[in-house]
Amino acid sequence: MRFSGVLGFAKRLTVFVALWVGLSGTALAEDGLNSGDTAWIITATALVLFMTLPGLALFYGGLVRSKNVLSVFMHCFAITCLASILWLVGVYSLSFGDGGAANALIGGLSSALLLNMGTDTMSGSIPEDVFFMFQATFAIITPALMVGAYVERIRFSAVLIITALWMVLVYAPVCHWVWGGGWLAELGVMDFAGGLVVHATAGISSLVIVKILGPRSGFPGEVLPPHNPGMVMMGAAMLWVGWFGFNAGSALAADGSAGMAMLVTHISAATASLVWMAIEWIKYGRPSLVGLVTGTIAGLATITPASGFVGPIGALIIGAAAGWVCFQMVQIVKQAWKLDDSLDVFAVHGVGGSLGTLMVGVLASESLGGLGLAEGVGIGQALGIQALGLAVTCIWSGIFTYIIVKITAAITGGIRVERDSEIEGLDLTVHGERAYHLD
Amino acid sequence: MKYIIAVLKPHKLDAVRDALSNIGVNGMTVSEVKGYGRQRGQAEIYRGTEYQVHFVPKAKIEVAVADAQLEATVEAIQTAAETGKIGDGKIFVLELTNSVRIRTGEQGEDAL
Repeated sequence: MRFSGVLGFAKRLTVFVALWVGLSGTALAEDGLNSGDTAWIITATALVLFMTLPGLALFYGGLVRSKNVLSVFMHCFAITCLASILWLVGVYSLSFGDGGAANALIGGLSSALLLNMGTDTMSGSIPEDVFFMFQATFAIITPALMVGAYVERIRFSAVLIITALWMVLVYAPVCHWVWGGGWLAELGVMDFAGGLVVHATAGISSLVIVKILGPRSGFPGEVLPPHNPGMVMMGAAMLWVGWFGFNAGSALAADGSAGMAMLVTHISAATASLVWMAIEWIKYGRPSLVGLVTGTIAGLATITPASGFVGPIGALIIGAAAGWVCFQMVQIVKQAWKLDDSLDVFAVHGVGGSLGTLMVGVLASESLGGLGLAEGVGIGQALGIQALGLAVTCIWSGIFTYIIVKITAAITGGIRVERDSEIEGLDLTVHGERAYHLD
Repeated sequence: MKYIIAVLKPHKLDAVRDALSNIGVNGMTVSEVKGYGRQRGQAEIYRGTEYQVHFVPKAKIEVAVADAQLEATVEAIQTAAETGKIGDGKIFVLELTNSVRIRTGEQGEDAL
C-alpha cells in the first residue's frame, strides 16, 4: 500500500494500530491457537516427566535396600522409554482417537504413529503435538507407579512385558472412557487429572500383581528398612513440584482454573503431610521424615481427580481425609491383609485416588465451596456416577491385570527372580552393577 | 608386646585418640563396625512397620604397645571411652609375637 502526505500518514498509522491490536492478545497467525495455553502445557509436560524422572525414581529408590536401588531406577527409566514408544505407535490413538461405532469403549487407530498429524493440527487451543506429549507423560507415570509394588523380587523381562500389555489393555481403555470421549465421560464422571485413569488403575493392578508375585523374602518380620530416607524426601519434593504440571496442566489452559488446580493441589499436599505427621507423633512418639513425605504423596494423589472441581476449603478437607485414610490403609494392607505391596502403591495411590474420586462428587458442589456440579445434577447423583466410574475402573483393571500377569508368567517362565538373586540383590545379579562403591 | 582391640561408641573415637596421644601412644588402626552386647538394637519405624535393627554402629581401634605401656594404655582407653551407659564397649588384650615397620624393616618394640 502506498499512502502519501498527511492523509497517508493517518492511514498508515491506522493500519499499524489495527495490526498491533490484532496481533497482541492471543497470538499467532493460526486461528484458535492460544500461545499462553500452549506455553503452559509445554511447560507442564516437562514438569510431569520430571515427576517420573527422577522424582518417582528417587522416591522409590530411597525406600528399598541399597542392593536394589539401581533396579528401581532401571524400572522407572525403562518403563518411561517403553511407554513413550507404545504411546506413539498406537496407545495414544486408542486412548484419544475416534473409535467410530465403538467410540464409547475405545478409540481407533487413526492417530497411530501420528501419520495424520502435522504441526498445525490443533487440539482445542493447543497444538495436538503438545497435547500428545502432555498426555504421554501421564501414560508414562501410571505404569511407573506400579514399580513400587513389585520391587526387589520381580524379573526385569516381566516388568517390560507387563507394562506393554497393560498400556494397551488397561490404560488405553480406561483413559478413553474417562478422557477420550468414552462412555464414562458421557455419563459425566469427574476425573480432572487422573484419580481413576492413573491412581485407581495403578493401585488395583498393583494389588493383583503382588498377590500373584508373592512377598519379599523375609516379609514381614525380616525386611530391612529404607536405605536412604533422604533420597525419599528428595523424590517426594520433586513429585510435589511436578504435580503442579500434573493437575494445573490438566486444565489445558493458562488461566484461573489452572491456578485454582495448583492451589488446591498445594493445600491438599500440605494438609495431608501434617495429618500423617501428627498421627505418627501421637502413635509412635516421633514424627518421621518418611512419614511426613508419604503424607504429601497421599494428599497429592487424593486431590488429583478433584483438582479442577473443588475450592480451597475442599482441598483442606480432602488433604485431611487423605492423610488419615491412607495411613490406616498402609497398616491394613501390610498387617491385616498381609500383602507385600512393598512401597504401598495401593494404600497411597490406589486408595488416595479412589477416595478423591468419591469426595469430588460431594465437594464439587457450590454449596460446599466447589466450582459447581454439572447442570441439574445433585450431590447424590454425582456421587453415584463417581462410584460407578470407580467400580468399573477397579474391576476392569483387576481382571485384565490378572490376565496380563498370567500371560507374562507363561512367556518368562515366572515373574519372580531366583531366590539367590533376590538375596544377593537385583542390582548386581540382574543388572551387573553396584550402586555404591564406598572405597 | 601386646595388641589391644577396643570396640567403642563411635563418638568416643576422638577422645580416645587424644587420651592415647597424651601417654605417648601414637598410631592406631580404626574401623567402622557393627555390634551388640547388652545393648539391644533400636527399633526404627517406617510407615507404621517396625524394623528391628539388631546391630548398632560401633568404632573399633587396634593398637600395638610395649608390655610396659599396657596398663596405662588400657586405663587411658577406658577412661576416655566411658559414658556409664550400656553400649560403652569392650577392650581385648592379645599377645603380640612380632611387629615390623614396613618402610625400614625394623622389628620388635622398635617397630611400635
